[in-house]
Amino acid sequence: MKPDQALKHGILLIATFLALVPSLFMVLTSLKGQDEYTFNKTGLPGALVFDHYESILFDSPFFAWMGNSIILAAGAVILSTAVSCLGAYAIARMQFRGRGLLFSVSTSLMAVPPVVMIVPLFVLYTQLELISTFRGTIIIYAGLITPFSVYLLTTFFRTLPREIFEAAHVDGATDLFILWRIVLPLSLAPLLTLVVVNALYVWNDLLIAIIFLQDDSKRTLMAGISVFQGRYENQIPLTMAGMVIASAPMIILYIVFQKYFIRGLMAGAVK
Amino acid sequence: MPHSSRLTPYLYVLPLVALLAFVFGYPLVRIFEFSFKLVRGIDGPWIGIRNYQLILGQGLFWESVRHNLFLLLAVPIMVAWSLLVSIMLYERVKGWKLYRVVLFVPYILAIPIIAVVMKKMFQFSGPVNEVLRWLGLDFLALDWIGSSDVALWTVMLLIIWRESALGIILFLARLLSLDESLIEAAHLDGASWWQRVRFVFLPQMKLVIEFYVVVSIITMLSSVFAYIYMMGGGRGGPGTSTMVLELYIFSALIKTSLPGIASAVSVLLFLVSLLLIVPLFAVRRRANEEAVGT
Repeated sequence: MKPDQALKHGILLIATFLALVPSLFMVLTSLKGQDEYTFNKTGLPGALVFDHYESILFDSPFFAWMGNSIILAAGAVILSTAVSCLGAYAIARMQFRGRGLLFSVSTSLMAVPPVVMIVPLFVLYTQLELISTFRGTIIIYAGLITPFSVYLLTTFFRTLPREIFEAAHVDGATDLFILWRIVLPLSLAPLLTLVVVNALYVWNDLLIAIIFLQDDSKRTLMAGISVFQGRYENQIPLTMAGMVIASAPMIILYIVFQKYFIRGLMAGAVK
Repeated sequence: MPHSSRLTPYLYVLPLVALLAFVFGYPLVRIFEFSFKLVRGIDGPWIGIRNYQLILGQGLFWESVRHNLFLLLAVPIMVAWSLLVSIMLYERVKGWKLYRVVLFVPYILAIPIIAVVMKKMFQFSGPVNEVLRWLGLDFLALDWIGSSDVALWTVMLLIIWRESALGIILFLARLLSLDESLIEAAHLDGASWWQRVRFVFLPQMKLVIEFYVVVSIITMLSSVFAYIYMMGGGRGGPGTSTMVLELYIFSALIKTSLPGIASAVSVLLFLVSLLLIVPLFAVRRRANEEAVGT
């Protein structure tokens, strides 16, 4: 048993090391001077240099990019959640023709790669002058994340006990009232999962962002990073400081909301 | 139900139908139309199957297909590594929660961010090669990013690194839901580690492994744009050594302004994803039944 345990321990330590080594490199390098990095690539920084953080925070558009990403993520998540709650409630709790079909079509759309949709939307948006507008892009993001939201909410709404709805109907409550005051408060856990998965999808996306938001002032964080890395090709410590700042919001949220991140991303992997 | 007329359900699903019709329905119809047209700007004349003839006769298209297929090699490695780590985690349960948090970090970091970091680490004069040389493994100190023979391998390494985190978490969740008496019984019977894995864990994990394999295949064929765009300098470089179908569509649309060509490739990619929907839903349905059953 003894060498056995040591081996298991060893494998887990290697896995942990591999998972963390890029983050370690990123943080350590960001604290080195530009000259120091050329002869000390793997070691600890000799003296902590915070200049790179200063130049990123004060002389670069990182915060503007983050702001744009927040606008897009918030807009798309709010729009998609509202549309999905109404739709999922009807699919789970009402009788109407085409109900099953709507649910299967919506669910199948989860497996369609987003890249397939971009050509006609780009052509249409060029015509309508919706390129580089937040409203145009928010609609695309909201659409792309909606099939998953409908799937998750419908399956959850179906698990709620039938008696709740019958009792409320007898009391004369309207459907909108039931949805808003009874169903949604009971659905906080799946709603939080949805917000995490969907916001993360929009925040991390690169494809839609570089195609539909070409204007400098509308750039998202991920699109900004792709420009930033080219511009400071050889200033590696500076680049790493930028990456630390760019990853900080998600790492902080992850540490605070681990449970929802892990649960949400596992559910979201279906996409 | 006195308060809801027969129209009410339709009002509830109307926004949903409108949104899906705009973002999915409209494009899916138009890519078929565009793929048979010579589109300049917003429309153009019908040209039959000339777009398809053009791409099918083009080396770059087939090279992109080959690269997407090449990335499928990552899937067995991801499965094996995720299985190994998740079983190790499960078996020495002490501290598994902390390990889980740490091992999931690769999946939290956005692809563009981690691609920038990896690119610097794997530079020819970067820290990875420095360590390899220090270990006396000079023959392994390759030009990871700059050589067209190696670049796609490096991208694959990055994909494996990040996507395995999902496998570990999925597999561990399944293991933790297993009936402990089953594993206890195997222990009491004196089953060796390998026998436990072979006869207890693997049969119980069959569905979650199948699910992960299907999801990963979809990823390799249609969702590697961010990796490729960042690692290959936006062009699938060096040369065309990391070109994939998604980037082909992107370049045809944005760089060369050929929506017809981009649509023809989109149609082909869409048809492939349709083929993959069937196994995806089959495994998901069975996985759901299993979750309800246990």
